[in-house]
Amino acid sequence: MSSTTPSDPSKRDFIVLTGQAMMGISGALFAWPLVHSMNPSADVLALSTTEVNLEPITQGQAITVTWRGKPIFIRHRTAAEVESARADDGADLRDKQTDAARVKSFEDKEQSQWLVVQGVCTHLGCVPLGQKPTDMKGEFKGWFCPCHGSHYDTSGRIRKGPAPKNLAVPPYQFVSATRIKIG
Amino acid sequence: MITYLLAFFLAFSAPVFAAGGETAKPHAPMGGWSFDGPLGTFDRHQLQRGFQVYKQVCAACHSLHLVSYRHLQALGFSEAEVKAIAAEYTVKDGPNDEGEMFDRPALPSDRFASPYANNNAARAANNGALPPDLSLMAKARAGGPDYIYSLLTGYQQPPADAHMMDGMNYNPYMSGGQIAMPAPLSENAVTYADNTPATVEQMSQDVSAFLMWAAEPKMEERKRMGVMVLMFLVAFAFIMYGAKKAVWRNKH
Amino acid sequence: MAHGERTPFQNPVIEWVDQRLPIFTLLNKEYIVFPTPKNFNFLWNFGAIAMVMLVIMIATGILLAMQYQPNTMMAFDSVERIMRDVNYGWLLRYIHANGASMFFIAVYIHTFRGLYYGSYKQPRELLWMLGVVIMLLMMATAFMGYVLPWGQMSFWGATVITNLFSAIPLVGEHIVTWLWGGFSVDNPTLNRFFALHYLLPFVIFAVVFLHVVALHVVGSNNPLGVEPKSKADTVPFHPYYTTKDIFGLTIFLIFFAAFVFFAPNYLGHPDNYIPANPLVTPAHIVPEWYFLPFYAILRAVTFDISIPFTHIVLIEAKFGGVLLMFGAVFALLVLPFLDRSPVKSAEFRPMYKIFFWVLMLDCILLGFAGAKPPEGAWVYIGQAATAWYFIHFFVIVPNLHKIEKTLPLPDSIDAAVRAAQAHKAS
Repeated sequence: MSSTTPSDPSKRDFIVLTGQAMMGISGALFAWPLVHSMNPSADVLALSTTEVNLEPITQGQAITVTWRGKPIFIRHRTAAEVESARADDGADLRDKQTDAARVKSFEDKEQSQWLVVQGVCTHLGCVPLGQKPTDMKGEFKGWFCPCHGSHYDTSGRIRKGPAPKNLAVPPYQFVSATRIKIG
Repeated sequence: MITYLLAFFLAFSAPVFAAGGETAKPHAPMGGWSFDGPLGTFDRHQLQRGFQVYKQVCAACHSLHLVSYRHLQALGFSEAEVKAIAAEYTVKDGPNDEGEMFDRPALPSDRFASPYANNNAARAANNGALPPDLSLMAKARAGGPDYIYSLLTGYQQPPADAHMMDGMNYNPYMSGGQIAMPAPLSENAVTYADNTPATVEQMSQDVSAFLMWAAEPKMEERKRMGVMVLMFLVAFAFIMYGAKKAVWRNKH
Repeated sequence: MAHGERTPFQNPVIEWVDQRLPIFTLLNKEYIVFPTPKNFNFLWNFGAIAMVMLVIMIATGILLAMQYQPNTMMAFDSVERIMRDVNYGWLLRYIHANGASMFFIAVYIHTFRGLYYGSYKQPRELLWMLGVVIMLLMMATAFMGYVLPWGQMSFWGATVITNLFSAIPLVGEHIVTWLWGGFSVDNPTLNRFFALHYLLPFVIFAVVFLHVVALHVVGSNNPLGVEPKSKADTVPFHPYYTTKDIFGLTIFLIFFAAFVFFAPNYLGHPDNYIPANPLVTPAHIVPEWYFLPFYAILRAVTFDISIPFTHIVLIEAKFGGVLLMFGAVFALLVLPFLDRSPVKSAEFRPMYKIFFWVLMLDCILLGFAGAKPPEGAWVYIGQAATAWYFIHFFVIVPNLHKIEKTLPLPDSIDAAVRAAQAHKAS
């Protein structure tokens, strides 16, 4: 207020400024619990491991399981599929990654027949086709996303279409030769 | 006027409890609880002992279905220990690929397994009385943990003039004085790992503290944050008092 | 459009917006330079405090609604999931649950302040009546919110209060069935209560807006009840009352935080931590403390009202209680037309001042009567206190001005403030 002339303007300004700063701080401090309450809660985080028995999956077959509400593709690849994936390691890939880097091993033995990827197209999040034998698998015999036409190869790598990245490999490990734990 | 108003609202906010006939008023153990007062915290050793009493005695009949095994980490158990505790229990899961429900060892993410499949099964096994879930017992009764402690240590011979119903036990802390549950604790009903003598008194205190934790697991976090919030607000109040005084100086 | 006297803003962005939509001019007029009587005491803080409480309740409520499940099978456990697993869920719920009580504390102080200083009188009748509407909406909202955790008190509170409507002659039963969406309080009831509990706060917000608009048209009352006459009587709202309101709010928040962090269940009832059981009624049902006086009035009518010397019942006891309870709010609504005294502030009305405090005690007594089981002496105390409540509003207040000798009013707010300062200095 310019019309009022306090006895000690600098002291008044200091205390009013401090008050304003503290108001800002308290606003931000109160906002954090409100915002953070929308992050995944403890029970949601606790559910984030899934164990899968691989035994019933025969060669050439694929199954879909859910982990954190998302589909996980598990494909028991044939020797030919592994072979073609390896052969394309040197191809012109948008998201460069070797097939060996996309599979895991158990007790020092590479489990290259098992490909585990998140079944979520890296373009805009649709679930690609290719799990069922009758599905379209796309030009590279892996998966094909029907939303915007992204083609993935037998290693789940993006080969054609708008998607920017390979199908992501979720964190998982072999707990035995025929069991994996995702998450 | 302001003082009157304050008195008015303080008088108004007094808690209102049922006038409960001849029921005895619950009391805290000698020395009170470690979690009393605005700065009180849980005693981790006591919680672990209390959990042992729940697990080995109470859990035979009482569920704790709002608590998950993973929550036990707050008692000071490690992740591996919690996993081992959970694995001692079996839970129903499924349906599996064949469409069957199956039993599996519990995981930390599972809720505490209940002793009975459902309430009717629980009643059938207990002469028609339903052992209540204990998750919120320490908040669902007037007196809270004092009530649980008083009840557990309060079993007595019925007075001569009491008309006890069939199969009921006398306990002055239960409303009506009669309780279907027989005295659950006896000397050395559990063997404590830390060699604390397992007297009825000790076990009652421990399990009451454990149930207080089960009902209000965020109590310590709440009090810690409360201290910080109050300190901040008091400081802010001083600043604003100064600001108000400075602004009003030439008016008043 | 007549907005010729708009003064331009220096900031070009603000100026651009303001030329097209003069919100900044409005804010400046209503909250910066707004002339406000300079003699407010701390009771004038509670309007702003109530406003902030409404915002806190809406903010925490929206986030709780994101985690809550309005289904009888899941409601209780979903609240406990909020308490145990949701990040800061316990904090949001305790703020929301205790916030309801704090909101009522602020609004009740605000209301009694209005009663004491005659803030309902000409020209503020509509302002006051809008306030009463806000209070009614708050009661409905608070009641439905208390049902949502689906504990024993939730369920039986909902059962008892909805059954009030069955007292209405002829159509009562149909209305209750309609309210329930079934034949007892059940899932459809919980669902609609959740929907309405989410909706009503925004209706409250709208009425609060009207309340504030009405306030800014007629200006605030003040402890002297003398309207400002010159510039010397007022100060600009900012910074004088912004700093004062924030200081008052901070003190209130300290009180609020003490409950949230150190006694979060003190104002609640243990029975509401027992899941709802439609087969077992708790031994003693009590509403939340802020409903206790109304609850006492509801229970005060224990007798049918019939035509004298006949057995023809005019009003059944049950309906009588319901009528009286709504009548208690109605009395507040029509108060501006009952009080004929031209003097506003009780400071200059020696007799009204006494009756004000008697009414205050009467309301406290009603609160205690509402909390006690309806047995013995408390029945009669409740009835007497109810009778006094209505005598106060419908007999004493309309007639008091005929016999009351009011004290001389000061010439102006400024004169009174100066006299008080001189008195203090001597």
